[in-house]
Amino acid sequence: MTATIFWQLLLGFGAISLVSVGGGIAVLPEMHRMVVDVHGWMSDADFARRFALAQAAPGPNVLVVGLFGWHVGGILGMLTASAAMTVPTSLIAFGFSRLRARLLGRPWLRIIERGLVPIAVGLIASSGMILAQGSAESWVTVVLTICSAIFVWRTDFSPLWVLGAGAIIGGLTL
Amino acid sequence: MSDSLAPSPSRADLFLTYGKIGLIGFGGINAWARRVLVEEKRWLTEQEYAETLGLGQVLPGPNALNAAIMIGDRFHGAVGALLASCSMFGGPLVILMGLAVLYDSYGEVPLVKAVLAGVAAAAAGMVLGTAVKMGQKLKPTLALLGVGLCALAAAGFFRVPLPMVVLGLAPFGILASWYGARGK
Repeated sequence: MTATIFWQLLLGFGAISLVSVGGGIAVLPEMHRMVVDVHGWMSDADFARRFALAQAAPGPNVLVVGLFGWHVGGILGMLTASAAMTVPTSLIAFGFSRLRARLLGRPWLRIIERGLVPIAVGLIASSGMILAQGSAESWVTVVLTICSAIFVWRTDFSPLWVLGAGAIIGGLTL
Repeated sequence: MSDSLAPSPSRADLFLTYGKIGLIGFGGINAWARRVLVEEKRWLTEQEYAETLGLGQVLPGPNALNAAIMIGDRFHGAVGALLASCSMFGGPLVILMGLAVLYDSYGEVPLVKAVLAGVAAAAAGMVLGTAVKMGQKLKPTLALLGVGLCALAAAGFFRVPLPMVVLGLAPFGILASWYGARGK
């Protein structure tokens, strides 16, 4: 990895991370602009494939930046991109956490915190919906999604059971 | 469901638990973090987790990471924040390295694609089921429910950019919350 690419990864993803309100995926269009349009590191299709791969893997979706870094700078590029995307905002979150501890119990803080709850839950639901649309390849996957949602909603069993079932059913209905 | 919490986790507990959340976090971390932290470990109540995640959404950066830092800090200060965030990212990063190497050779194998498609469909249902469960257990007021449904519609149906959804709806959520608190 050249020094130029190192700085481009570090500064590019660092800057993008600072505006990623709502989550790492919120700035996917900005990432696309940087990786595909500005630097021409990969094609549109490559970008989409890497995003799909990061979605299929467990872990924070934002790790897709690691795959972009890998593509241009190998393992060092992966680490640089991931760190640039996570370290600055983590410091902000930590500072905020300290501030919150100091203000704990203030009525206005309680009101703000409670007011943000529906946005958090609504966005979980919307990400589920977007995932469901993306994975709806056949009636089998649609039924799988519906059964899995009901299972997780109505029972307290580990959702790992439905993931395992999904893997097996997916493999069998090849 | 009782709201009694378990005793605070040790540093090792925090590290191992967040490591597990990272590794099983198919379809995104948040639904799994809730499952493990609220249902399995009982370190946080439903309401506390949802509030922490809500703050994580408003701050810049990956919201699951922001939540992990705040939860780690709550139990073990700076060390806790570091343990939770590093273990949540460490495992998946190693897996992703492996996948980055393998994907170009095996990503097009039909069996691999079919299994991944099945897992993705199940994970999507898991995330949806979690949202319904949270909505049910949090028992929101009508006004808060309205804000939640607006967030769902804006981000899920109309694909409004997330920063606009979060910053645009936050004042309404806070207003709804203030209105609800006033009546008590």
